[in-house]
Amino acid sequence: MNTWIQIAYLISTALFIFSLKWMNTPQTARRGVFAGVAAMLVAVIGTLINPEILASNYKWIAIAVVIGTAIGVPLSWVPLTAVPQRTALSHAFGGLAAGLVGVAEFYLSFSSSGHELGHFRAAALCAEVLLGFLTFTGSLMAAGKLQEIIPTRPITYKGQNIINLGLLSIAVIGCVALSIDTNYKFIFPVIIFLALLFGVLLIIPIGGADMPTVISMLNAYAGLSAVAMGFVMDNKLLITAGALDGSSGLILSIIMCKAMNRSFTNVLFGAFGQVQAASTDTVKKTVKSATPEDAAQIMEQANKVVIVPGYGMAVAQAQHRVRELYDQLTSRGITVKFAIHPVAGRMPGHMNVLLAEADIPYTDLVEMDDINPEMPQVDVVLVIGANDVVNPAARTNKGSPIYGMPIINADKAKSCLAIKRSMNPGFAGIENELYYADKTLMVFGDAKAVVGDIVKYLSGEGGGH
Amino acid sequence: MKLSLFKGFAAVFAVLAISGIVSVAAGETVGETIPGDVQHASVQGMDYVSTLFVFVLATFIGLDVIRRVSRLLHTPLMSLTNAISAIAVVGSILIAGQSHSEYRYNILGLVAIVASVSNIVSGFLITDRMLKMFKKREGGK
Repeated sequence: MNTWIQIAYLISTALFIFSLKWMNTPQTARRGVFAGVAAMLVAVIGTLINPEILASNYKWIAIAVVIGTAIGVPLSWVPLTAVPQRTALSHAFGGLAAGLVGVAEFYLSFSSSGHELGHFRAAALCAEVLLGFLTFTGSLMAAGKLQEIIPTRPITYKGQNIINLGLLSIAVIGCVALSIDTNYKFIFPVIIFLALLFGVLLIIPIGGADMPTVISMLNAYAGLSAVAMGFVMDNKLLITAGALDGSSGLILSIIMCKAMNRSFTNVLFGAFGQVQAASTDTVKKTVKSATPEDAAQIMEQANKVVIVPGYGMAVAQAQHRVRELYDQLTSRGITVKFAIHPVAGRMPGHMNVLLAEADIPYTDLVEMDDINPEMPQVDVVLVIGANDVVNPAARTNKGSPIYGMPIINADKAKSCLAIKRSMNPGFAGIENELYYADKTLMVFGDAKAVVGDIVKYLSGEGGGH
Repeated sequence: MKLSLFKGFAAVFAVLAISGIVSVAAGETVGETIPGDVQHASVQGMDYVSTLFVFVLATFIGLDVIRRVSRLLHTPLMSLTNAISAIAVVGSILIAGQSHSEYRYNILGLVAIVASVSNIVSGFLITDRMLKMFKKREGGK
């Protein structure tokens, strides 16, 4: 029987790898989901046939599965703007599961039915519990911030980093002590408490704009806690699937950090709060503003229009109006592309999903690195709810907090239209020179309303004035 | 991108080195604590090394496969890996299903099953829902 279980796990592992491999293009991606579902089914069945599982417990497992499904199905119906929150919540569940299994394993190792812990397994168990519980509270905090239940502004206080690092080191020392001698049982609850506390404190100083990195990082932690569980239970499927998840989180975190030109430690320990003070000396400059009608006329004259969407577009729920604008312009033979910055939105790839939901073909969604060389040939750039990702200060102003961050070169296009609520600086509190440039026209108002007006003008204008 | 991947690999190597040392140490001490069962001890020590092998190789495959994922699909990728990391359901089922001296261990396992299953279900469903939205330009237009 044991061989069959291992073979089931092997098949499951291979299917998981195929599942991720098929995500490399949108054409095969849905096949990837089916492979993933198949892998999970094989894994669960392979586990259920384990002779160690009592027949009388099947009904309880079935009840738990039904409850889990009842929670999971509604969670999959959330609007796509809320996907980052759902993802964070899901990391929290993953961390909780790993943590609870770890707790059970620890105390079981002292009971008659448990296996004694060696040093290696004790260390792995500590890692599992530490990562699991800090992912649990950290992800709950992240979800709360994304849902705006908790203030999204970074909360900082004096000595924050010292306190955080201090707590973490105490927890790690506790782990080492437990790994050396598991009889220090009393340390275990302390580690759990510190992990829960550290998760909260880690996320408090992180602002909304850093959420893509944080979510990716928590993704990696959730995966690593599964790996640690695999080490404790000597289960290779847990290790491989966890490692796949962990490497995914790692790669996404690296991409997000690179896209903001910040190091990992800087995101975690260098809260944006310190940066804001540096950029308050603003010189009053004048901007040119335009009406939606002007904007429509300018775009009508263009051959090539690039739209730069940002989180503001998602907040205003303007995606479907943007799609109408796209239709109006393309029907006039104008080329329309969308320039996607890697950190636009609240999680990696968020903008792509929002625009895909609005039925914009993915072939017109272009990565920053691919669109930038074309920028000088672009007639009009339309910035909707994006700010820092088009700020030329990132290229030119060495004193700027975002200096060095790769940006979409909206300022290199022949002209620029920016839709914005007001002249308030963006999240990071940094002035954007793009808005004061000669070729830039500002269209003030709610993104959804403004784009709606532009579309109305374009569609009503069929006969010409 | 290349450089950062290199850093990723370097990190993995560091983890390997540290855990390798830990596991060798663990293998040795197991041998010391159970005299008379040396063979069993060394097999256990080998087991840790083989699980570390699996971890390192899986991480390499993971890094390589994920690197190739289209940037368009990073949000669905994350919800898919959410569902995959809910493989913790395997551990949860084992804890919940085995016979223990006290029921509270089974209850911990059952709560973990609820959490993992909700991730599996919502992760796969929402990934598929998002992927359905990615369309090419309708033909001819």
